[in-house]
Amino acid sequence: MVTPSTTNPYQGPLKGDNPFAQITDNVSRIMEAPKPPLAWYIALGFALMLLGIFGASLGYVVWEGIGAWGHIHPVAWGFPIVNFVFWVGIGHAGTLISAVLFLFRQNWRTAINRFAEAMTIFAVVCAAVFPGVHIGRPWLPYWMFPIPNQMGMWPQFRSPLEWDVFAVGTYATVSILFWYMGMIPDFATFRDRSVSTVRRFVYGLLAMGWRGSSRQWHRYERAYLLLAALATPLVLSVHSVVSFDFATSQLPGWHTTIFPPYFVAGAIFGGFAMVVVLAVPARQFFGLKKIITMKHLELMAKVILATGMIVGYAYAMEMFIAWYSGAMYEQFAFLNRAFGNFAWAYWTMIFCNVLSPQVFWFKKMRTNVWVIFVVGIIVNVGMWFERFVIICTSLTRDFLPANWGAFIPSPIDYATLAGSFGLFFTLFLLFCRYLPMVAMAEVKAFIPEGHIHDH
Amino acid sequence: MSDTPKAATPEAPAPLYGVLAEYDDPTTLARAARKVRDAGYTRWDTYTPFPIHGMDKAMGIRMTKLPWIVLVAALIGMTVGTVFQYWTNAVNYRWLVSGKPFWSWPANVPIIFEMTILFSAFAALGGMLVLNNLPLPAHPLDLKERFRRVTDDKFFLFILVRDPKFDDRETRELLAATSPTVLDDVHEDRSSSDQVPKGLVYALLIAGAASLVPFALFAKARESKMSHGRIHVVWDMDFTPSYKPQSDNPLFDDQRGMRLPPAGSVPVGHLRVDDHMYQGKIGQAFASTLPQGIVADESTMKLGKAQFGIYCAPCHGQSGEGNGPINQRAETLKQGWVPPSNLHQQYLRDQAAGEIFRTITHGIRNMPGYASQIDPEERWAIVLYVRALQKSRTAQVSDLTDAERAQLK
Repeated sequence: MVTPSTTNPYQGPLKGDNPFAQITDNVSRIMEAPKPPLAWYIALGFALMLLGIFGASLGYVVWEGIGAWGHIHPVAWGFPIVNFVFWVGIGHAGTLISAVLFLFRQNWRTAINRFAEAMTIFAVVCAAVFPGVHIGRPWLPYWMFPIPNQMGMWPQFRSPLEWDVFAVGTYATVSILFWYMGMIPDFATFRDRSVSTVRRFVYGLLAMGWRGSSRQWHRYERAYLLLAALATPLVLSVHSVVSFDFATSQLPGWHTTIFPPYFVAGAIFGGFAMVVVLAVPARQFFGLKKIITMKHLELMAKVILATGMIVGYAYAMEMFIAWYSGAMYEQFAFLNRAFGNFAWAYWTMIFCNVLSPQVFWFKKMRTNVWVIFVVGIIVNVGMWFERFVIICTSLTRDFLPANWGAFIPSPIDYATLAGSFGLFFTLFLLFCRYLPMVAMAEVKAFIPEGHIHDH
Repeated sequence: MSDTPKAATPEAPAPLYGVLAEYDDPTTLARAARKVRDAGYTRWDTYTPFPIHGMDKAMGIRMTKLPWIVLVAALIGMTVGTVFQYWTNAVNYRWLVSGKPFWSWPANVPIIFEMTILFSAFAALGGMLVLNNLPLPAHPLDLKERFRRVTDDKFFLFILVRDPKFDDRETRELLAATSPTVLDDVHEDRSSSDQVPKGLVYALLIAGAASLVPFALFAKARESKMSHGRIHVVWDMDFTPSYKPQSDNPLFDDQRGMRLPPAGSVPVGHLRVDDHMYQGKIGQAFASTLPQGIVADESTMKLGKAQFGIYCAPCHGQSGEGNGPINQRAETLKQGWVPPSNLHQQYLRDQAAGEIFRTITHGIRNMPGYASQIDPEERWAIVLYVRALQKSRTAQVSDLTDAERAQLK
């Protein structure tokens, strides 16, 4: 038992005389405590400040036009699209943990899947903002959808950008359904422990009258399995479609068949790094060290190492294929990446994504929270730079030297990038406080006491 | 057996709804469930904080039909995705993209796939809720304070009175034999009813009616005449503020509406590095030969003759003596006129071919340059024809070949 602390309401001894009750208490007291710890308020204040910057800078972009961002011919896809691909990628680890690891019967996922799923949804929200504003007239995003209109026109369904609308839209919808369905039993727990009427009403509404009937659990588990089986090919399709935005174009450096698997691996890599960055402080401040153990962090470090190597392989293979193709423009595009105008960004990416995860070969490093946390941040920086390198080096140096140009981000670019983290962390901090951060029912089902022992 | 109904109100006890047994662990619950199953009960259930593996078998729950619902939804989603894309892009509003067929299905696969997943996901969650009879706001079990721990750490078995096998004494004995921690009666809930509150019904009806008002206004506007014009919600979409040529444009540093091509750019076909071909020069001197690619043959000569007739003859005359119709007219007007050169003058005979090309290209005295009207290849053909005209005045019989001389006789 942890010694009681006057400053943090989440560090005291757990109530309950059996492991089930202790799990319930450990997760529920986060929501039930009259006041969260000071760290939560500081983090929320900082996140709200960034969110304010996000709102102000986006408002300026909407008012002034998207020229307020630094993109200029030939770089029409500057930071907004870099940020879009970055955030969509972050989301993918959540689905991987909740769906793919579920299908592979990796039961350790139960401790982290709920907030990884929440991370998915918040990341997709952040991602959706960027193309939504980047279309130039953000009050007309519904033009992307097939809505009957007086002109008798329909969208071009053979365009990868239209595929994106459907892929990201479906992904956001299915992620929310999956997330909500997973929370129904935990909302019921919150409802049944509630002391105030308001809380009982709100969580009761969300729980929809769940009472834990085994006949219901039977259908629930089947639905969960089906959703996992649907979400798994979906998550692979989403980042493949995002990569098609680039791969189906003719631009050297984009026109590459390795893009779909390379983007998916990169997304999982970056997403897992974000999960550890969120998990390390969350387990610390919310007293979840018994649920999110060092074993979980170590397993995630291993996933980061493995996917990091896949990404490194993809970088090498891109270079090899550029040389092997014998195509002059292709060869130039990749030499230019490594030694040209944005060489510093390329080598930052190599350092962050290929070299830094190599420390996880050592168990000592995999079990040190500080190392995991720092590498997680470095990998996120690297994955942002990966998208920057792909988009900006390729666009600034295409076929015709007369069409070359320079890309200099504007202050608004930096403000919206930083601001999007504000939106993400605000949503995440509110989630931690008010929603079940750990899937209690699932965790209980996988402890030894939760099994039938006479057969 | 603690079977005294405590929850019922003393004055008018509500009818019995079922018997509830509580357990501390999944194993005891599973044993009890097997006994109830084997005793032939049908209207009963167990309640647990989490899904217990093996409980389906212990209770004899048959496989749900949910996967079939999801399969049907998947097929519907797939069909909708296919048919809708086909109808919109290949029939109703045909998109011609680079001459490709209107229906090239591989490019439609991603959206068909996404629609399949989307429909299936809604069916999985929606089907689960409908089959589970959720949402269910109230239930007689909610009256039991103890039952709240079903979502925490306690396990329950509940047999309904409605079960055909239910017997007031036997059922209790059966459950008592499964060593529950508590055995309790559950009575029907009189405090809440299954009916939706009247206020909520009215509120929903009013909200539903109010939501139709905007549509009614749209419909009215479509059918009525208005004195004012169309309302432009997004003005700059309806009236694009584009900049015209020759107007100023404050967006650019040089304030010009018309844009110059990027510095150093060369339009396709305009890279003219061959000085002989495009300047008529070899080094600094005018070339006396035809450039690479221009052959002195019958077809070039015919081309030169045709072009000479169009561009040169109006002033220089068909035979090149400087007496074309324009010159004749100018002479009669007597307004001061620099006459076109007679191409048969000695100094013009002595000029290099490249210099004549230069004259056609850039003009001389009051003759304008023809570079914008006549292609370089055609200009060289004219040079060749001028040379032929000049030769026609001084040619000797000795210049001919023997065969040609023979033809003359």
